[in-house]
Amino acid sequence: MATDSEMIDVVQVDRPGAIGMPMLHKAIFIGLLLLGLVAPFMLYPIFLMKVMCFALFACAFNLLLGFGGLLSFGHAAYFGSASYISAYTAKAWGFTPELAILCGTGAAAILGLAIGSLAIRRQGIYFAMVTLAFAQMVFFFSLQAPFTGGEDGIQSVPRGYLLGLISMAPDRNLYYFVLGVVFVGLLVIYRIIHSPFGQVLKGIRDNEARMVSLGYRTSRYKLAVFVLSAALAGLAGATKAIVFQLASLTDVYWTMSGEVVLMTLLGGMGTVFGPILGAAVIVTMQNYLATFGDWVTIGQGIIFVVAVMLFREGIVGVIARIIRRPL
Amino acid sequence: MRKTGFILATLAGLLMAGTAYAQTKVKIGVMNDRSGLYSDITGEGSVVAAQLAVEDFGADKGITVEIVSADHQNKPDIGSNIARQWYDTEEVDAIADVPTSSVALAINDITREKNKVFLNSGAATSDLTGAKCSPNTIHWTYDTWQLAHGTGGAMVAAGGKTWFFLTADYAFGHALERDTAAVVKAAGGEVVGSVKTPFPGTDFSSFLLQAQSSGAQVIGLANAGGDTINSIKQASEFGITQGGQAIAGLLVFANDVHALGLDVAQGLVLTETFYWDLNDDTRKWSARFEEKTGKKPSMVQAGVYGAVLHYLKAVEAAGTKDAQAVVAKMKEMPTDDVLFGKGQVRIDGRKIHDAYLFRVKKPDQSKGEWDLYETVATIPADKAFRPLNEGGCELVK
Repeated sequence: MATDSEMIDVVQVDRPGAIGMPMLHKAIFIGLLLLGLVAPFMLYPIFLMKVMCFALFACAFNLLLGFGGLLSFGHAAYFGSASYISAYTAKAWGFTPELAILCGTGAAAILGLAIGSLAIRRQGIYFAMVTLAFAQMVFFFSLQAPFTGGEDGIQSVPRGYLLGLISMAPDRNLYYFVLGVVFVGLLVIYRIIHSPFGQVLKGIRDNEARMVSLGYRTSRYKLAVFVLSAALAGLAGATKAIVFQLASLTDVYWTMSGEVVLMTLLGGMGTVFGPILGAAVIVTMQNYLATFGDWVTIGQGIIFVVAVMLFREGIVGVIARIIRRPL
Repeated sequence: MRKTGFILATLAGLLMAGTAYAQTKVKIGVMNDRSGLYSDITGEGSVVAAQLAVEDFGADKGITVEIVSADHQNKPDIGSNIARQWYDTEEVDAIADVPTSSVALAINDITREKNKVFLNSGAATSDLTGAKCSPNTIHWTYDTWQLAHGTGGAMVAAGGKTWFFLTADYAFGHALERDTAAVVKAAGGEVVGSVKTPFPGTDFSSFLLQAQSSGAQVIGLANAGGDTINSIKQASEFGITQGGQAIAGLLVFANDVHALGLDVAQGLVLTETFYWDLNDDTRKWSARFEEKTGKKPSMVQAGVYGAVLHYLKAVEAAGTKDAQAVVAKMKEMPTDDVLFGKGQVRIDGRKIHDAYLFRVKKPDQSKGEWDLYETVATIPADKAFRPLNEGGCELVK
């Protein structure tokens, strides 16, 4: 414990502009919330809910990659399995939406614990490959298990009544519920990043050997962040299943794992707000360019190449560099 | 003051003139795969087919039609997102085509919830007119029951008594094998074995060798898309059809055969409900289609034409675009178009027409690039599709 607090002191002294930063972040969070509150009056609510679910998913992934330094290539497993569990409990057992989402999140956390405890024993590319391998197993399970409906998925999931009282059928009711869920998810992630635990994580990311020599059991920290990231990805997936009334193989397929990497890198890996923007950009492209057919995927590819060649820190990373404030 | 009065009067006049010439505006969304596996058999071609239907319907009926299109990338979440947006904010009245069963089922639900019209042509699942049937959905071109029965039943009748299945190891493959095997047995054939192949698969050699050594007369491919293409290619490398065994593809389209080439696909037996070279009418229409797209139409694209044309006729006859009234009219009026001939839409939403068992020609029999099939058997409309009372559709009483 003593080492913990010493560590934080050091980090905080080292960080320039530490006092001004939370104000800026607070302002951005309030701005996002206000934007979220008025947005459904201007844009199509279902599209916005999709953006929010993917924003949470990307932020959960960023927690692991940007702050834990662990590149998982199998995050679709937690996103997708949570969406299956949430869809199934809502449809077959008649769970209310908040209960179904909690079940999905819990399932993703357990899955994250099981896979994480094995995967964190390896590093770098081997870690990525282990997570990918497990994700493919989850995909295979989802394809074969009787309750997932194979390639048809679980369809027409009821939106139900929040706490058994408020109907979620009108888009706007559901929208504000989703906004609440996602916003709480984002605040939790923010809190994790800026807690002593988060500082240790950054230490491990930057120099694991030094953290070990300082007396930290790094594998425990890595496992913890892995489980947290999986659970939050699960929260996003479970919510998405309720929004679209559908859980399908798309959510567990490896391309979904790739998409979340793209969102995170495009927005800005290791920034707080980058993945939100990255998710918004990618989902908007998929949505509004759907009419152009194959140009969507080509466009995504070009954007990714441009991002990697010209601004590797991602959009928000570049902005943060210009204004000299961490975002 | 006088000026304002004049402007107001003009505006009022304009408004009245507007109502006097008011036309029914119909907006049809063609949603399909425009970038992936099925873009060749659906894609832009289906949009062209819908436009041809609008053209043939005629502009003089007081109905203006707008066609929009989108790519669902074979993902149910993207498809359902587009569908909701079309219905909620873009005033789309009907969605047409929609290949990929999972997307089609999702849109089936949304269309029912929003009370619009779903004219499916591209999807295979027979659930659309069975357990999941809806008063807002018409399933036009084909379905899994029809494919399994067409290929299974007609092959046995044509002498292919013993069968071996190559089955994609997931729900769709299992269901296709189960249905086809039941038909084969009912027709007096025998299933000598089957092997499950991992999905999606690229290497089918060991499974094909098992099928070859089983000595079965027919090797049934209970798979779809890339799996089917790969297994047909590899079967040709092993010379399976030259060795006297027939390969029956359960979900293969003319454009797949065209892409594979006759060298590879020769001898393959399959069922379709449309082929461009059936008669003078289909040849004439296909020439128009080819002019615009550079390809011959697939049966799915033909189905989009038929469904959209019949839908527009029903809107005209019903005098409204209210979904329930139009679908009721579609079921009441007999269908008649140049591609599928005369037919009808059943109460469960199933469109009924003839189906054909084709065999892919040998390269030396083919007279042109698109001369792909010879007809082995014609399955009459009343035998081609699942009997009305066996689907478990709630609309059938």
